Amino acid sequence: MPAVRRRPWALRRTARLAILEGGRGMEHTFRKTNIMYLPALALFLVFVVYPFFEGIRIAFTNWNGFSLHFKYVALTNFSVLAGDRNVRTALLNTLLYGFGSTFFQQVLGLAYALLLNQEFKGRTVGRTITYLPVLISAVIMGYMWYFVLQYDGALNDVIALFGGKKVLWLSRAGTAISLIVAINTLQYLGVSMIIYLAGLQNIPQMYYEAAVLDGAGAWRRFRGVTLPLLYPAILTSVTINLIGGLKLFDVIRALTGGGPGYATHSLATLLNATYFGSQRAGYAAAIGVLLFVTIFAFTVLTQAVSRRKEIQY
Amino acid sequence: MKARSSWKIALTVLISAVAILPIYITIIVSVKPQTDLSSFWVPPPAISAENFAGAFVIGRLATAFMNTAIITAGSAAMVVLLSAMAAYPLARHRSRLNAAVTTFMLSILMVPGLSLLVPLYVVLVHIRGISTYWGIVLIHVTFNLPLAIFLYLNFIRAVPRDFDEAALIDGSSVYAVFARIILPLLKPVTVSVIILCGVAVWNDYQFSLYFLQSPPMRVITLAISSFFAVSGGNTHMAAAAAVVSIVPITILYVVLQKYFVQGVLDSALK
Repeated sequence: MPAVRRRPWALRRTARLAILEGGRGMEHTFRKTNIMYLPALALFLVFVVYPFFEGIRIAFTNWNGFSLHFKYVALTNFSVLAGDRNVRTALLNTLLYGFGSTFFQQVLGLAYALLLNQEFKGRTVGRTITYLPVLISAVIMGYMWYFVLQYDGALNDVIALFGGKKVLWLSRAGTAISLIVAINTLQYLGVSMIIYLAGLQNIPQMYYEAAVLDGAGAWRRFRGVTLPLLYPAILTSVTINLIGGLKLFDVIRALTGGGPGYATHSLATLLNATYFGSQRAGYAAAIGVLLFVTIFAFTVLTQAVSRRKEIQY
Repeated sequence: MKARSSWKIALTVLISAVAILPIYITIIVSVKPQTDLSSFWVPPPAISAENFAGAFVIGRLATAFMNTAIITAGSAAMVVLLSAMAAYPLARHRSRLNAAVTTFMLSILMVPGLSLLVPLYVVLVHIRGISTYWGIVLIHVTFNLPLAIFLYLNFIRAVPRDFDEAALIDGSSVYAVFARIILPLLKPVTVSVIILCGVAVWNDYQFSLYFLQSPPMRVITLAISSFFAVSGGNTHMAAAAAVVSIVPITILYVVLQKYFVQGVLDSALK
């Protein structure tokens, strides 16, 4: 039996399998454990799958959120949705928040990582402090920034110190949206930084040595070695930041509450205002469907792009 | 050499300052009496505790802390238990059914809980879960489970099956194998799961805003936002509440930093 002599464990394993469960085998033993995922499955069915379809059903009604009476109104909610200026603003803002923060989080996160990956005194403290904001609740972070941005706040004090005029930072839509993007970026760029730091540490030093031998300068080394080898890290970071940004809710609630008017609402805050503020549950559910489709579409899109462009080394 | 690293240190000081700017300003506001109209940049001559006392009394911060701790601990414990249990058969018994179940569970990672707000609220009203500990815990558990299952799944798949099989040969039941052999091995990833889920639940605002509507059930984030909404601008007390609320997580983070960072990397790179 040459095969057995070469792989002695093969026989032992078969024998073991035969003994187990009167010969019915290991797979049967493991199959029994399938009941262990039933609790998780039950939660998903009750709190995700059922609400998902229930949400679509409610989106076809004129329900107000508490009454026992409601009518099915076919596609009315969706056709109103398509022509609703506030929804269009919120959708545009959602994309601005999502893509705006994602872009700046990558640029700054990578810059921070490149800096804090160098050997120098204080880099560990630097990493600790720059990551800290990630762990603070976004709504509390929003309120903390409010002390900086309010009329008698820290920022206007600086402007006044240099003889400038105080500014109502949050009362103009464009400024407010930019500030919300900036605050979200500053809070969560630590996530990108950590991912990029790990990515940088995974790049074998020999690639850089080879590049130096070829006479590549710092920029060429960055473009030719660092960036392509960071590609998987970039995709992960982009996906995480994009989903977070498209869901933006807390900072907006804390800083502007969607105002002035409806100018800074995201889909998530508009949904809240429509449901609890105006008690239009059917219409809010329709906004929920739009929010779901938006996030789902962009997540799938990034995944698809990442699979197509995966670089092999 | 020294000259070359000094600009790095300067830059690091700058980005660190930007990161903690809002925290610094909030601390200054919190230790000043509301009558002190000086700039938020300038520390007061004497530190005042009145805002903190007020925050605890008027904001019922102690209750809010208690609620947040109960909800966070309950959610994290349930997530660990349910996700480790769910991941075991999915990692060990490879069948077409289980492949489908895995895909289904992981695809829930892409479902934003917020988009299901209206129907979720309806479900919770039906099962009388609004403003209860168990109601909000079940919601948190549901939306934190997929990531935890993902982490455990990757981890258990990396544990050789021989571990399980050897113990089965010795006559253990498969559940005993899970509890006594696999579960202890999962410790590092369990730390990551607890941290990721704990931070998410501790900091949650959106779900709590909807599902914890009665004042005695308020969590910290709701208590703080109520200072801005109701008191019409006792911002100094709000600042004190904000400072108190970030203390526990900051201490935990500084002490257990390694694990916090590992948590992010586990969730991102595997």
